[in-house]
Amino acid sequence: MKASRIDDPAISRSPLAIQGLTVSYGQKPVVYSVDFITPPGSLTAIVGPNGAGKSTMLKAALGIKRRLSGEVLVYGEPYEQQSCHVAYVPQRNSVDWDFPATVLDVVVMGLFRDLRWWQLTRRHHRDMALECLCRVGMEAFAKRQIGQLSGGQQQRVFLARALAQSADLTILDEPFAGVDAATEKAIVEVLKSLKRQGKTLLCVHHDLSTVRDYFDHVLLLNVRRIAAGPVDKAFTEKTLQEAYGGRLSSLQLEQIVMPSATTQKV
Amino acid sequence: MADFLMLSLVPLVVAVIISLTCALLGNFLVLRRQSLIGDAISHVALPGIVASFLITGTLAASAMMVGAGVAALVTVAMIELIKHLGRVESSAAMGVAFTAIFALGVLMLEWNDASGVHLDVEHALYGNLESLIWFEGQHWLSLFDRQALADLPPQLARVTWVGLLVLAFVIVVWRPLVVGSFDPAFAASIQARPILTDLLLVVMVAITAIAAFEAVGSIIVIAMFICPAAAARLMTNHLGHQIAWSQAFALISAVLGYVLAGYGPGWIGVDASLSAAGMIASIAGLILLLACVFGPHRCRESSQAVSDA
Repeated sequence: MKASRIDDPAISRSPLAIQGLTVSYGQKPVVYSVDFITPPGSLTAIVGPNGAGKSTMLKAALGIKRRLSGEVLVYGEPYEQQSCHVAYVPQRNSVDWDFPATVLDVVVMGLFRDLRWWQLTRRHHRDMALECLCRVGMEAFAKRQIGQLSGGQQQRVFLARALAQSADLTILDEPFAGVDAATEKAIVEVLKSLKRQGKTLLCVHHDLSTVRDYFDHVLLLNVRRIAAGPVDKAFTEKTLQEAYGGRLSSLQLEQIVMPSATTQKV
Repeated sequence: MADFLMLSLVPLVVAVIISLTCALLGNFLVLRRQSLIGDAISHVALPGIVASFLITGTLAASAMMVGAGVAALVTVAMIELIKHLGRVESSAAMGVAFTAIFALGVLMLEWNDASGVHLDVEHALYGNLESLIWFEGQHWLSLFDRQALADLPPQLARVTWVGLLVLAFVIVVWRPLVVGSFDPAFAASIQARPILTDLLLVVMVAITAIAAFEAVGSIIVIAMFICPAAAARLMTNHLGHQIAWSQAFALISAVLGYVLAGYGPGWIGVDASLSAAGMIASIAGLILLLACVFGPHRCRESSQAVSDA
């Protein structure tokens, strides 16, 4: 059975295919038997209420949290062997920004695989990191201590570190949490340019009103998988009500689900 | 001068090596907010050493190392158990586990009168730094005399090896250690083995604590894991510089502390000497205090980020 699933072309082509993933804290499952095949080249939002297990699902997929059961395949192979294809941007508040490191130091961490454990960073590593900083508009801050940045700037540094990994799939955990509007726009532009290069992006997202503008695919999650697919098909009043347990008012839903007038196709 | 060679050279060198080694590891403990680990491990070394003495009847270094190592493992298991059963945070579990096990060690020492050998509570706390006498160290030329060198206290070689081992560890594992200290989730995602480096760090801390414990007692270890590194953090925002500062502070504490303890009372006309370990730890604490008051990087992100925004 296992072999037949790997032979499935949808799975072997997908940068992240999750099969029957279950994670629990104690007795209570936080993620229950989730299947999701990330479409290659997509910009996918993972949406769901607080405590729906969005971050947990990603952490379990990346081997950061222990999974109770399930399979995680990157291009049809187990994640552990294929992690070089995946870049991960954790939640900004998950690290200690007082850490004695400069912006450039953090971006160089994205080159971990290119360097031996004890090797000093050379000029071309620093140049590569600087280039990634340019892409997020942070090159002027390269020498700054990371604690001196604003929230939006910190988030862009994290994104630059992911760019340095030059991975096929970038997984972002709430990249827009607590950032200003200008940073949000800048990040979206970077994500869309990655998509244009044929990269895949998977992003935990909270703001339902921008799902349509930013993303082309969506996974609705509330412990279980509620719905998944292209935004037009999967992101509907019915699936949202199911995911949020009827907590959204009909007016809210109307604004979210109806394509807004400002939507622009990229 | 011969006095210095015979009585002071070895204790001073041992104190310096231990201080530098502890401070080097301390940088990572401080950055990972795991300062209490060094404290915990150096405390539980005592019951481990007592137990190994009761079982084997010797104070051989190898038996002591094994005993202390087993005690460290038991403590780590106990901390995890308390954390899960009692649903308390890890620092509380650590505090409970290591004080309880240390107390048990003290009781074990008193019950089984081990006074015949050089193993008692005072020794455990202050160490026997002053007793590391080099009897053959009669003259400077003794430093080149193979026979005299063979008479050096064995603790010197032991702490030197441990120091070199820790140095090698930090150099080889530098990158995963730094990445894992800053962002463990990211480190796990790039397979930088944060759990393995965590474990190795704790093992290094344990080896250092045990070697130091035997040579200089636990007071220096506890102070040296934290004080120089914490003070160094206040001096700079650069990790490399922080480590350099911590080494400088450790060196100053060890030399100044040893000299003040041995000769300080004489300078003010008192015919006595103080515990070198106690004085070294006190100097380290004093340096930390000075860094807290005068260090250039005391104010952190909150105040600085506002001015940037």
